[in-house]
Amino acid sequence: MPRMTANDALTSALIEEMRRDSRVLMFGEGVATKRRDLLEEFGAARVRNTPLAEGIIAGTAAGAAATGLRPVIDLLFAPFLCYAMDEIVNSAGKLRYLSGGQFAFPMVVLAATGAGWGVGAQHNHNIEAWFAHSPGLKVAMPSTPADFKGLLKAAIRDDNPVLFFTDLALGFTEGDVTDEVVPLGQAAIRRNGRDVTLISYAKTVHTCLAAAEQLADRGISAEVLDLRTLKPLDEETVLASARRTGRVVVVHEASRMCGIGAEVAAIVAEKAFRDLRAPVLRLTGPDAPAPASFPLEQAFVPQPGQIVTTVRDLLGTRDVRDVELAGVPV
Amino acid sequence: MTPKQRIEALEQMLLIRAHEEAAVALQGAGKAGGTCTAVGQEASAVGVVMALTENDQILTNHRSIGHLLARGADPRRTMAEILGRQDGYCAGKSGSLHISARELGVVLTSTIVGGELGLATGVALSRKMLGQPGIVACFFGDGAACEGRFHESLNLAAVWELPVLYVCENNHWQAFVHRRETMLVESITAHAPAHGVESNAVDGNDVEAVHDAASAAIAHIRKTGRPYLLETVTYRLRGHYEPDDQSYVDPQELAHWRARDPILLLKRKLDGEGVLDAAGQQRMEQRVRRRIEEAVGFAEANPYPSLDALTTDVYA
Repeated sequence: MPRMTANDALTSALIEEMRRDSRVLMFGEGVATKRRDLLEEFGAARVRNTPLAEGIIAGTAAGAAATGLRPVIDLLFAPFLCYAMDEIVNSAGKLRYLSGGQFAFPMVVLAATGAGWGVGAQHNHNIEAWFAHSPGLKVAMPSTPADFKGLLKAAIRDDNPVLFFTDLALGFTEGDVTDEVVPLGQAAIRRNGRDVTLISYAKTVHTCLAAAEQLADRGISAEVLDLRTLKPLDEETVLASARRTGRVVVVHEASRMCGIGAEVAAIVAEKAFRDLRAPVLRLTGPDAPAPASFPLEQAFVPQPGQIVTTVRDLLGTRDVRDVELAGVPV
Repeated sequence: MTPKQRIEALEQMLLIRAHEEAAVALQGAGKAGGTCTAVGQEASAVGVVMALTENDQILTNHRSIGHLLARGADPRRTMAEILGRQDGYCAGKSGSLHISARELGVVLTSTIVGGELGLATGVALSRKMLGQPGIVACFFGDGAACEGRFHESLNLAAVWELPVLYVCENNHWQAFVHRRETMLVESITAHAPAHGVESNAVDGNDVEAVHDAASAAIAHIRKTGRPYLLETVTYRLRGHYEPDDQSYVDPQELAHWRARDPILLLKRKLDGEGVLDAAGQQRMEQRVRRRIEEAVGFAEANPYPSLDALTTDVYA
């Protein structure tokens, strides 16, 4: 099983899918400049640079997707998607339905986000929930190199528009990667546990795993569930785990209000209430733009210590030693 | 245009006008949802669409009935769509505002002003990359020409050499605002050279002039593979949507354009040239009226979609 970085895993998915299906093409800002290997193998018609104009990039992708091609577009940073909202939400997301099913939009929108580069809120904004709220779209956000590859392969093969968000801090992490296609809509249990379920996606899955390690030292068994796809959301796996442990903490970097955590908490409360032993809690970024300064940027993102403190609160086992871990007052 | 084509053009324009007026009446009677007409713009739609071949595709907007009917759409199904019925072209889910008919090559109709401009480049890219013959005609108004997407679309089509015929139907009104309030240039074509795109402006109420200009533009696109901007200067004789009392419209301007009604102009010409006299025109109008009455009858009798259609066709 080869080891590679998440960025390389993403590239290998692109190469394999472009080899597999001649209708797949890729364009965006600097795509042909930065992906010379793709350009050389697949030619200038299928690997294209574009003007710096996100709206027309996304619109062109939607128009092409509806009429026979399978475009992958790179819009670079998630906040730039604001320029492309109309084409993604009003065209790709709605024109299948409004036309009575005459068109499909097999397209993938790539965008990076997340704390770690100190680039500030106009390059780092976890807006994945916006798209989950909009009909006709799918949303994936991987946490491992294997999923960067496997989920992207599934996204390219899907006949619907898929927003594929990559966490900037994960791009250079290494992991084992296979040729496996990871189906959209399937969560993964990253660590089994009995006492509490930590539900997350992307970067904060690793934060949850680190917290679970620390909790294990204190005799608390935490399950870590990686959503992988935010829409469709794998309710079955979420509910099964919630029922097993009776306690759920949702952790993500995106801000709290109307975030994915709110949806997960609501689903668990609606459908697994009788099996819950504690209220569902959320640990999220604040309702603030992401700052550039490294310490502030890190403070924006939930940290292992906060998860440990929250879980010990839930279990009624918190003590003074947690102050140091959490970095917050008791 | 041959005399036969001009007669055909008149019949299409009459059919479009009658369809628009029937839709207005249905809306007034509370039977149809929100609707926008293009009364007064029939020559632009018919002149351009008649210059296309069946391999070509069309993207249009919320003022689409002219383009659809000129392309051969069945008025029973367009009317059923306007009434939200199951046998409308979009199974009743579009209503009047975003009617696509893929079987006719009318694709991805968008009612977001300028939306069609963002999609046309992609449709043209597909044709080019999949080796399909034909061009893409994209209809939009002077309002859409004030959107940033207009410039992005022209620029990309020029840079990527995409076969798009941009048809700006300059009807002087951008919702409730006259174009003179929103742009300093008199003609939309002023923007074309900045993007390296060939262009032409034509009297949009003269169906022959539109047809000739569109034919020349299409020939240019087929020969060079490059986009072209054609502006048809016309006028929206009714309000932005129904109902709209047009109290904001200068009565003199409206009277001027009513006297230049494209149907009036063509009728006068055909009669004067002895191609189709008043009696022949009257028979044609009766025939068209019967078709529209039948279409309304069909649409009103057509069932609404079943309620489980509420959540179908969201995902492929």
